[in-house]
Amino acid sequence: MDITEYIKLVFTDYTLRTITLGTAILGAVTGMLGSFAVLRKQSLLGDAISHAALPGIAIAFLITGAKDSNTLLIGALISGLIGTFWIRGIVTKTHLKSDTALGLILSLFFGFGMLLLTFIQKQPNANQAGLDKYLFGQAATLVESDVWLMAIVTGLCLIVMLTFWKEFKILLFDADYTQTLGFNTKFIDILITTFIVLAIVLGLQTVGVVLMSAMLLAPAAAARQWTNSLSVMVFLAAIFGAFSGVFGTAISASQNNLSTGPVIVLVAGVFVMFSFIFSPSRGLLFKQIRFIKNRRDLELHKTLAFMHHIAETHEDISHPHAIKLLNNFQGYTRSTLQKLVDKDYVQLDGNMWSLTKTGFETAANLYTKQSTEDE
Amino acid sequence: MNRTKIMKEQTIDNKTPASSGVIAVKVDDLTVAYNYKPVLWDIDLEIPEGVLMAIVGPNGAGKSTLIKSILGILKPIAGSVTIYGKPYKKQRQLVAYVPQKGSVDWDFPTTALDVVMMGTYGSLGWIKRPGQKEKKASLEALEKVGMLAFKSRQISQLSGGQQQRIFLARALVQNASIYFMDEPFQGVDATTEIAIINILKELRKAGKTVIVVHHDLQTVPEYFDWVTFLNVKKIATGPVKDIFNDDNLTKTYGINYKVSIQE
Ligand SMILES: Nc1ncnc2c1ncn2[C@@H]1O[C@H](COP(=O)(O)OP(=O)(O)OP(=O)(O)O)[C@@H](O)[C@H]1O
Ligand SMILES: [Mg+2]
Repeated sequence: MDITEYIKLVFTDYTLRTITLGTAILGAVTGMLGSFAVLRKQSLLGDAISHAALPGIAIAFLITGAKDSNTLLIGALISGLIGTFWIRGIVTKTHLKSDTALGLILSLFFGFGMLLLTFIQKQPNANQAGLDKYLFGQAATLVESDVWLMAIVTGLCLIVMLTFWKEFKILLFDADYTQTLGFNTKFIDILITTFIVLAIVLGLQTVGVVLMSAMLLAPAAAARQWTNSLSVMVFLAAIFGAFSGVFGTAISASQNNLSTGPVIVLVAGVFVMFSFIFSPSRGLLFKQIRFIKNRRDLELHKTLAFMHHIAETHEDISHPHAIKLLNNFQGYTRSTLQKLVDKDYVQLDGNMWSLTKTGFETAANLYTKQSTEDE
Repeated sequence: MNRTKIMKEQTIDNKTPASSGVIAVKVDDLTVAYNYKPVLWDIDLEIPEGVLMAIVGPNGAGKSTLIKSILGILKPIAGSVTIYGKPYKKQRQLVAYVPQKGSVDWDFPTTALDVVMMGTYGSLGWIKRPGQKEKKASLEALEKVGMLAFKSRQISQLSGGQQQRIFLARALVQNASIYFMDEPFQGVDATTEIAIINILKELRKAGKTVIVVHHDLQTVPEYFDWVTFLNVKKIATGPVKDIFNDDNLTKTYGINYKVSIQE
């Protein structure tokens, strides 16, 4: 199947449409919430939560024997929440660093989950097949009810986020200060964290335990490159996440049997790469271009200042001087001189140069101007 | 440049005696520990209304910890704090806080005006968004600290001294009675220092109480009228002219100090 065929199919094929919609919504909600995780410097949190969810899935299966995704996800939600609040507990009670606590819970829960999975696989009951799809995800198993659930959680998350926007923002920036203003920071924190856990659990079926945290981090990291406003960042992260979902699904559907989760994550990774290189204010490319331009300007200014220094000694500022005079000066080249002529700062006459009036004034203001140039 | 001379010319006279006799902040038997060992030990402190007070002490003395405990950010092991006779929780609206500048991530995606506006969140309460009134107050605060021109700047593109001014503006907009400031002079140049101290003196003139963690011992007599020496325990507290002497400095810093106080 090639890509145009795929686009046709999205509108006609029910399964493909469901999967595409599901991954798009998932990408949007994780991108949105991921912004909060990234700004709180809790990049590992997503990893810890998704890994902590694994034993919940296994235990839910062992207890109910059911394989339908909703039962298993409730198990995942419970153990994800337990893991998260243990992390909080460890940090507040023992003064271990939060990354230590995250790492600890992550490996403990994941290890326990893997143990349970192997145990389940060894059982004669044939029903167990398929649980390991939660490790790397299987978007193909998404059905309409799953997508509905994602849409409802995303809607709820949006409502809560818009309602408590101001509280979220100030907590993310300065938690101690927020507390002195009388806000219950614990409540705000639990609200954010609970939604992060919910979003992650919803994504396990599609993307899987191992790669889930990338869905949280990549769109947010990419979005941060393009804006200096929190609301725009959250919005962009949602868009990037949604597009990662759609493109990822499209690519994996058109390249037979490529597993969807990893492709979605790779697409999100491309967004990150692109953003880190091409963002106008923070991107590597433009930083380099600005650097080169600044250096050129500086050479030009240095030459101009040097000329100003010479011209100053004469009553008549447009008194011509020999170009040879400039040869002793390190900032000077033929091309800088030509640029100065182009800018109408300097006039050339044979072997002589002279400053124009604009050139003289520009040079005089060169080093006093800086402080007033703001804004 | 002779900084002391500039000060003399530009600062508002600070020799007006404080105290209406009312106690603004009262700390009783406060003991605070992060781990096993207390970092503040049995602190008793009464801060009279209307003083401009410095808290001095070496690094790690517990100055920031003291402020955070008074503001309820940290939970003490023992002791109590009252603001005008009532617990802090009931008096939040009366108190503003300027944290140590390094306590937040300045790369956060927001503008200077936005940060200052956060000072109004407390009086707004839950959910309600800041409106025109809050914006106007924030712009005024920015103007007061000389940062109006930078209102739309991303905060990471401000210099350290400018960030400090933004924090100060955020506290000013709270319009409180008591101001706690953790090292507002950290890393600022002489001009900014003068600008800040003048604002603090104006606050005091308006009858507010201002408590400042301060590291530059040379300027204590010039800037402040009240001082507290702290090093895990409270060494001394009182009017600068009575207790700011080599004896207390030596007790606090543990080495022989010679500070000549200009009168
Ligand atoms: N979060 C923390 N966890 C554990 N110990 C801490 C913590 N914060 C501070 N401390 C310790 O408590 C003591 C007092 O710290 P505090 O920050 O109050 O000192 P300070 O007087 O403000 O110092 P500085 O002048 O360097 O700002 C120090 O010994 C410090 O190591
Ligand atoms: Mg401190």
